[in-house]
Amino acid sequence: MLRYFASRTFQAVIVLFIISLIGFALVANLGDPLAALLSPDATEAQRAELAASLNLNASFAERFLSFFGGLWRGDFGISYRTHEPVAHLIWDRLPATIELAFASLILTLVIGIPAGVHCGVHPKSMLSRAIMFSSIIGVTLPTFVAGILLILVFAVKLAWLPSFGRGGVVDLGFWKTGLLTASGWRALILPAITLSLFQVTFIIRMIRTQLLEVGQTEYIRFARARGLTESRVWYLHALKNTLLPVVTIIGLQLGNIIAFSVVTESVFAWPGVGLLFLQSIQSADIPVISIYLILIGAIFIIINLIVELTYPVIDPRVLRSR
Amino acid sequence: MHRFTSPKAVGAAATAALLSATLASAAHAANMSFATPGDAYTLDPHAINNTFVLSILGNVYEPLVRRAGDLSLEPALASAWKQTDPSTWRFDLRRGVKFQDGSEFNADDVVFSFDRARAGGVKNMLTTIDSLTKVDDYTIDIKTKGPDPILPQELTSWYIMDSGWAEKNNAAKPGSADNKTETFASRNTNGTGPFKVVERDPSVKTIFEKNATWWDKPVHNLDKVTFFVIPNAATRVSALVSGEVDLIDGLPPQDAERIKTAESLKVVSGPDLRVIYLQPDMARDELQYSSVKGKNPFKDVRVRQAMQLAVDVVAIQQKVMRGFSVPTGTLIAKEVNGYDAESGAVIKPDVAKAKALLTEAGYPDGFSVTLDCTNDRFMNDEAICIGVSGSLARIGIKVEPRAQTVGKWAQQINPPGYNTSFSLVGYTPATYDAHNFLQTIAGSRNAEAGRGVFNIGGYSNPKVDELIAQIQIETDTTKRLAAIKQAFQIIKADAGFIPVHQQMIIWGVKKNIDVVQPADGSLPLRLVTVK
Repeated sequence: MLRYFASRTFQAVIVLFIISLIGFALVANLGDPLAALLSPDATEAQRAELAASLNLNASFAERFLSFFGGLWRGDFGISYRTHEPVAHLIWDRLPATIELAFASLILTLVIGIPAGVHCGVHPKSMLSRAIMFSSIIGVTLPTFVAGILLILVFAVKLAWLPSFGRGGVVDLGFWKTGLLTASGWRALILPAITLSLFQVTFIIRMIRTQLLEVGQTEYIRFARARGLTESRVWYLHALKNTLLPVVTIIGLQLGNIIAFSVVTESVFAWPGVGLLFLQSIQSADIPVISIYLILIGAIFIIINLIVELTYPVIDPRVLRSR
Repeated sequence: MHRFTSPKAVGAAATAALLSATLASAAHAANMSFATPGDAYTLDPHAINNTFVLSILGNVYEPLVRRAGDLSLEPALASAWKQTDPSTWRFDLRRGVKFQDGSEFNADDVVFSFDRARAGGVKNMLTTIDSLTKVDDYTIDIKTKGPDPILPQELTSWYIMDSGWAEKNNAAKPGSADNKTETFASRNTNGTGPFKVVERDPSVKTIFEKNATWWDKPVHNLDKVTFFVIPNAATRVSALVSGEVDLIDGLPPQDAERIKTAESLKVVSGPDLRVIYLQPDMARDELQYSSVKGKNPFKDVRVRQAMQLAVDVVAIQQKVMRGFSVPTGTLIAKEVNGYDAESGAVIKPDVAKAKALLTEAGYPDGFSVTLDCTNDRFMNDEAICIGVSGSLARIGIKVEPRAQTVGKWAQQINPPGYNTSFSLVGYTPATYDAHNFLQTIAGSRNAEAGRGVFNIGGYSNPKVDELIAQIQIETDTTKRLAAIKQAFQIIKADAGFIPVHQQMIIWGVKKNIDVVQPADGSLPLRLVTVK
């Protein structure tokens, strides 16, 4: 058990190092930060001076080492664009993204799991067909179109909900939350729905397929043959065995929700890290983009790690097979 | 609490609200909110030379000499100025002006702000200045490196900060990308201007309140202004239509019709100082991205003229910009000092003549070339490139647009690499004077003279360089304008650049709000009135 945990954790650390290397390499070739920092009529000398002060002329290896050394010491650098510490910038925005991500994850689970189970258990019912049909919308509609449609209906036509922003925010000192004000909750609704749209359909389809498969297996037939009630067969025996992949997927979906919130955040001017990332790309703000990519990588790794560590709890065979 | 109030109490509250609303309008006080695609990402007036950042800060900080709504010069913190000899300017400072924290404005603040600005990203504005000295508490002298006839125009975005406040808060040095810590002034302000920042949530919103002790008589009737950042254009338009904001910048041309027909909204648009133009690479002996090998077709003036005759800027205005552009034949906007209507006349497309010129130059079947474009910098930039490509296809020049985000594009085409064969560029002269364009874009590249830094295509004409040097020091206005006119005529004849159009500024505004829209794209809140 302990060996399993240790090896998984060790792997995660190595992956994190590789991600920071790749992240930095990608970003170092992203664009010219000088273009955003200097006015177009800056002289050659001014360019050279700024490039030198930002250490842009050093070799890639040298720059990566100094960057990684900084990470190690907890120094994430200064944003080229806003001149603020990157850690501060990201920490300022992270609560917005995390609240949005969890809101849409909860929506996904609350809608997705019951609907998926229904579609799996009663695949031929009218309701299931209706759910499967409307889930096509979630799969095919691009996030920004869905977001703008929601804005048009609920903000412009009906004027029930705000079209942008995060509403009133309460600063708890370490965390700026929008969940303590009515306007914060109202502002959360449309972005959360937009962000969960794809995830919900994904979960529905996955649970349905899993249940349909499990429904064909021997042990379910035996269970039926033993005379167990339908609901016992499905909800106790079948559902349990569909859970393992679902937990993995939901975990990774949370990572996806955080990473893909970029589009939703830009549509709703939601002040999270995704929006910060977009704004930073435009001005080739290398320190912010690198840290963002590494952060997203780290979130994926941590979620993955947690998921892997919960496997043995759900399914003890994972340990036995080693 | 609301749940427990009786209907009667609600009625009373409504009456009270109505009453206070009437009272407020009687006092001509109002609130206003506006949204733009980007934020003023630092509040430090000396950290970065970015037009948008400086225009937002212009509501809080003030220069010695400010721009009126029509961009003409007006006294601000300097009450008068005169040239005492060709390279010395004397500024009389306004008395009785107070910073928003209550401290007195005087010559020491000007000296301090000069040193601070020269250490920061805005130092470009002050390059012609040799020294700035305090004569007495309310007089300063500025010595320029040579005669500088347009010095006051160069100072309109150089803002004055309180020396005592900056030093007390450890912000005597401007914020910069290589600072190890952020400076206090990046998030806090203390200017002399008509508004003060009362709340700041970077990239989300900034709230301004009227400065009750402002020295000038306010034209505006605003009490509180909220500035939101909404990057997505469709969301910005929705926020305007739903009434969440009163004014938006960057209204997409395709949405303008919808706003125009809306009952309570109007479109306010006007020409921008920015001119969009195409520039071919005339410097290399062989183009980097072209089918022609061993030589550079753009070195032949006939090829360039042919391209100029083939690009249909009026079609681009109608088809691509939906009317929201001002086609031009020259490289500076009408509102820029030195504009000449003769050079500004749009070149009429003449495909037959263009083809003949191309054949004469030895390219009867044309050639292919890559056009470097942005897709997030100028209005409809990528679409313009596709339009240009269509125009030039008529004479056999196969243009392949390569559209990239501005960071990537700049990395490629900017100095020192200039890695482009043909590019779509836009430029606003920082001083609103033709000399800045000539010096930065049209002069032969020369790092020592600080000339032609952004001359992407390497256009070079010794006669133009000579005129640039003359314009720089000519103090006689008539002679200076004549020299500018001559320079632009030579450039036009050389066809070293293909002018496309002046961009337009497009705002969506509630009908009850009166705004002034200067051509530099700024939104001076001091000129806004809510009816």
